[in-house]
Amino acid sequence: MTFERKLSIRINGQTVQAAVPAHRTLLEMLRDLGHVDVKRGCEKGDCGACAVLIDGEAIDSCLVLAWTVEGKDVVTVAGLGDAEAPHPLQKAFIANGAVQCGYCIPGMIIAAQSMLNETPNPNEDNIRLALSGNLCRCTGYKKIFEAVETAAAMIRGEAIR
Amino acid sequence: MYRTFKLDMPQSLSDALNMLGDGGAAIPLAGGTNLLVDLRANRISPSHLVSLDKVQELRVICCKDGTIEIGGRTSVSDLLRSPEIAKGAPSLAQAAKVFGGQMVRNAATVGGNIACGSPAADLVPPLLSLDADIELTSTTGRRRMGLAEFFLGYRKDARRPGELITRIGAQRLQTNSVNTFYKLARRKGDAITVVGVAVTLTVAQGRCTRARIALGAVAPTVYRAAAAEAMLEGQTLSAPLIDAAARQAADSASPIDDVRASAEYRHHGVHVLTRRLVAQAWERLN
Repeated sequence: MTFERKLSIRINGQTVQAAVPAHRTLLEMLRDLGHVDVKRGCEKGDCGACAVLIDGEAIDSCLVLAWTVEGKDVVTVAGLGDAEAPHPLQKAFIANGAVQCGYCIPGMIIAAQSMLNETPNPNEDNIRLALSGNLCRCTGYKKIFEAVETAAAMIRGEAIR
Repeated sequence: MYRTFKLDMPQSLSDALNMLGDGGAAIPLAGGTNLLVDLRANRISPSHLVSLDKVQELRVICCKDGTIEIGGRTSVSDLLRSPEIAKGAPSLAQAAKVFGGQMVRNAATVGGNIACGSPAADLVPPLLSLDADIELTSTTGRRRMGLAEFFLGYRKDARRPGELITRIGAQRLQTNSVNTFYKLARRKGDAITVVGVAVTLTVAQGRCTRARIALGAVAPTVYRAAAAEAMLEGQTLSAPLIDAAARQAADSASPIDDVRASAEYRHHGVHVLTRRLVAQAWERLN
């Protein structure tokens, strides 16, 4: 017997209806629906590549059953901005050279946005704490931390050096 | 995931308890940061899950007299946002800060960290250092027990089928007391603990009147090093006495060798960290 239900979920501002079995994770559902900007990494909650915002808070979508997000607001990195209208975090990651292969970046940006929702004026400690669940295996984290700092300043409306 | 199961999404605690009273087959699903990993690895294959996601009455932190009451579904990030926890249970706030990564902290719950029964559960040494107790509730009633008594052995606890951890009560830090936690791990974030030590010290008239030393990841369960605590209580502490008590704490540990560290390293870690935390606490109180 399969337990399946028709869900109504808001993804990047659009309400989507989909028949989803009880055991489907949010990650699996999002990628099935074409949201491949959400990356599948470790599927154990270690790497943070699959992070999405659920009601403004970053969560690893591999550890969430899709049914539990019904009625909530899900935002993926593509929901924050795109090539035509990039989000300040996306602009800052490009400007600071924080991206190498890029696989971890959707999760990094989501985790950073989650922190900025609560802490618009973060220090380096806040940034490190916010990104402690996101692994980058290409390079270091220095440029990534700097990009988040730059983006926070952009969002606060400060002039960028 | 391939195995399907029945999934209930109760809106209230009473509905959740009724669903969990399903003859022992139902498993509560809180943050999912352990349970979904175990499901995917086929370590468990439940037929019925009861999600606590919408049970808001279990997501609460409130102060009552000398205790802080924490609802079982309170997230680790909720602990970090709480001024009551920062002030009344500082070791718990310190442990919350080094718990997993941000996304895990946003999802994982206090009740879940206790229920998973891991000897490396980071919230448990702080809670034991604050004399915590827990409330277990089922459709047939509720009972309270000391957190130390809850753990029976490696991943074995006193929770009966149908019971839910509804409340955790920690003693609020008293005056003239210091309460700290240190997590030794391979790195600061996103790591499993190698040795966790939580210490509470209370001082009056130049003597240590109360000592709590709780140790994580060095025995089948998190536990209190009672003999080491007894060496400190009633005494004016000195460097040799603190070192002897820390050595006693290390002797009481029964760690294993694993991928993260050797048993020998863990013994050494307990000795050094207990000595350091007790000495720092004593210094701050004098």
